[in-house]
Amino acid sequence: MRSIVVENLGKQYKIGEQQSPYGTLRESMVRTASAIPRLFRRHSNGSGRSIWALKEVGFEVKPGEVVGLIGRNGAGKSTLLKVLSRITEPTEGRVELRGRVASLLEVGTGFHHELTGRENIFLNGSIMGMTRKEIVRRFDEIVAFAGIEEFLDTPIKHYSSGMYGRLGFSLAAHLEAELLLVDEVLAVGDQDFQKKCLGKMEALGRQGRTVIFVSHNMPMILRLCERAVLLDHGHLTADGPARDVANHYLRTGTGSLAERIWPTPETAIGDEYVRLHSVRVLDENGDLAETLDIRNPATIEVSYWNLKQLRQPTVTLRFINEDGLELFASNDSVNREWWKTTRRTGLVRTQCRIPGNFLAEGRIFVGAAVCSYDPYILHTSEDDAVTFQVEDRTDGDGARGVYPGRWPGVVRPMLDWQVSQDENS
Amino acid sequence: MTLMNSKASETVALSPAEEPPAAPGDRPSPDGPLVIIEPSKSWVALDLRDLWTYRELLYFLVWRDVKVRYKQTILGAAWAIIQPLFTMVIFTLLFGRLAGIKFEGVPYALSAYAGLLPWTFFSNAVTASGNSLVGNANLITKVYFPRIVIPAAAVFAGLVDLFFAFLTLIALMIYYRVSPSLNLLALPALVMLTSTLALAVGMWMSALNVKYRDVRYALPFLIQLWMFASPIIYPSSMVPAKWRWLISLNPLTGIIEGYRSSLFNLAFDWRALAVSSLLTLLALVYSLFTFKRMERRFADII
Repeated sequence: MRSIVVENLGKQYKIGEQQSPYGTLRESMVRTASAIPRLFRRHSNGSGRSIWALKEVGFEVKPGEVVGLIGRNGAGKSTLLKVLSRITEPTEGRVELRGRVASLLEVGTGFHHELTGRENIFLNGSIMGMTRKEIVRRFDEIVAFAGIEEFLDTPIKHYSSGMYGRLGFSLAAHLEAELLLVDEVLAVGDQDFQKKCLGKMEALGRQGRTVIFVSHNMPMILRLCERAVLLDHGHLTADGPARDVANHYLRTGTGSLAERIWPTPETAIGDEYVRLHSVRVLDENGDLAETLDIRNPATIEVSYWNLKQLRQPTVTLRFINEDGLELFASNDSVNREWWKTTRRTGLVRTQCRIPGNFLAEGRIFVGAAVCSYDPYILHTSEDDAVTFQVEDRTDGDGARGVYPGRWPGVVRPMLDWQVSQDENS
Repeated sequence: MTLMNSKASETVALSPAEEPPAAPGDRPSPDGPLVIIEPSKSWVALDLRDLWTYRELLYFLVWRDVKVRYKQTILGAAWAIIQPLFTMVIFTLLFGRLAGIKFEGVPYALSAYAGLLPWTFFSNAVTASGNSLVGNANLITKVYFPRIVIPAAAVFAGLVDLFFAFLTLIALMIYYRVSPSLNLLALPALVMLTSTLALAVGMWMSALNVKYRDVRYALPFLIQLWMFASPIIYPSSMVPAKWRWLISLNPLTGIIEGYRSSLFNLAFDWRALAVSSLLTLLALVYSLFTFKRMERRFADII
């Protein structure tokens, strides 16, 4: 008995369509008129190019499996979820789904800001496929999980964005369906709520529901999923235990987790102003390193092509630990000289120096983004661009000293302790 | 390149005899409906079972539209009455008094209102449903449900306004001392017919609107023309006999005269009603067909 069977799935989009999604009658008439002479021509390519967002994708999911769906931006993950959710239809192939499906592609779909929390629970619940009876049955649980008891009868336009997100997630988490398709909706609310969300997701998995979970957050995928499936440019390139597939994903291209290179501007990510070239983790000697000693400084090097001398791009790095906690972020504008310098065209190399005795032990994921201001443009961003492991050996020099056990904390600074002792007494 | 369509069909879950024997400790297998997703043939049937599953959603969407409209406005339900009532006043002054148009048996004002009753419902329903798909784009790209629910909800939401306008009609009938007759029994059927026509036209417009955004601008203009082509301001008997066939092509002609016959105990024009019913049915079939065919691309285009 299989919950989901996907065979040879393909989804094609016409490029022209994406750019001007809707036409006017006039345009259509002109195209129809010119279609007639086209019919007489042997080789007509049709209007516009087309891309295959998904091609020859096939896999099976057993009931109760929690499968992670990972891949770069544009790999086809959301498209796959949309096809499985019956929102868009496949161009070729076939899917079999057994069980009720609930799709979580967005938090708070269908919320109307004039209606109260109570009214929206019914509305949204119904939109997501719950019957009225089910909503009534789960009503109290939903409200309790979201923590909005006091505000139930206020129009949600008065809710804070946190409350909004919590309500949306709470509704989604209480859907009674055997198959859950979840698209990166967990990034809502504060730390406490995210923990609750994670716990709830884990519980859903344990309850025997089949879950397909799309996320860029490797730590979350590793925590929630036993198995993962990797999409690359619409093709399924890996399917297996989550850890292995995640490593494969992070290692793409150069064979190293600590380095990501985009060899040419044409194939690199970015826009017409900036294209990312590489992100690398370097140790204290400037060598590529997948493991760092906690005591030593390290460098994250980001280089990008500045294609036009029109904007002042800046690089931001985000550091996230294994639990998905965002440790800190830093931006190259702290270098005031560079901030004032006009960027010329060509390759720009930024190096961010991280002091030793600062990060805690464990795996760190680094995301890189390049943006510019006035007006704000995000040129490119890559979550989990590189990753490295921080080791604290117990030979006495590090902050843990010689203590071999588990050392708490998300950072591990070496602080200055001054001790004095009274002579007598 | 023609894109193929998709169909979802339900199959009964495998009977226990066909499943492999469960090993001790196995979790019971989910026995939900089996749904198959694949590109399919060009003509797609309306999945009535699917629609039935989502009937509550239809109710909630109607409830949402009605509730929001009445929450946001100060006058709320009054708008449902003001629109036909004030129009009636203007028509009475301009066409009843000034132009001297007369209706059979009943004062102009009342007759005009009786025509405005279904017309207001129809024009508002068509406008609302014509824009409904595009207006609910966020739902269409994120959740699955039979898309027909959206324009249908827009039409049914109009029935609430129709009800309030009808109450006003009763008040007017009392004022003009016109008593109802057995003909009134035909009224529910007429309302159903009007709703069906509104649904057919609205559905078609909403589907077209997704692909061609001109529709949004063309619609008010078309509705305007349609009003003049319907016997609202004038009775159809005023149209010269040799042109009467033209206005009988308008399904609303039979319907609106039908309302007058039903309310004011006038003779029914059975031929006109038959024509209206047939045209409505054809419109519905054509509309459903077009809608289902265009439905698969909604989420991609919208």
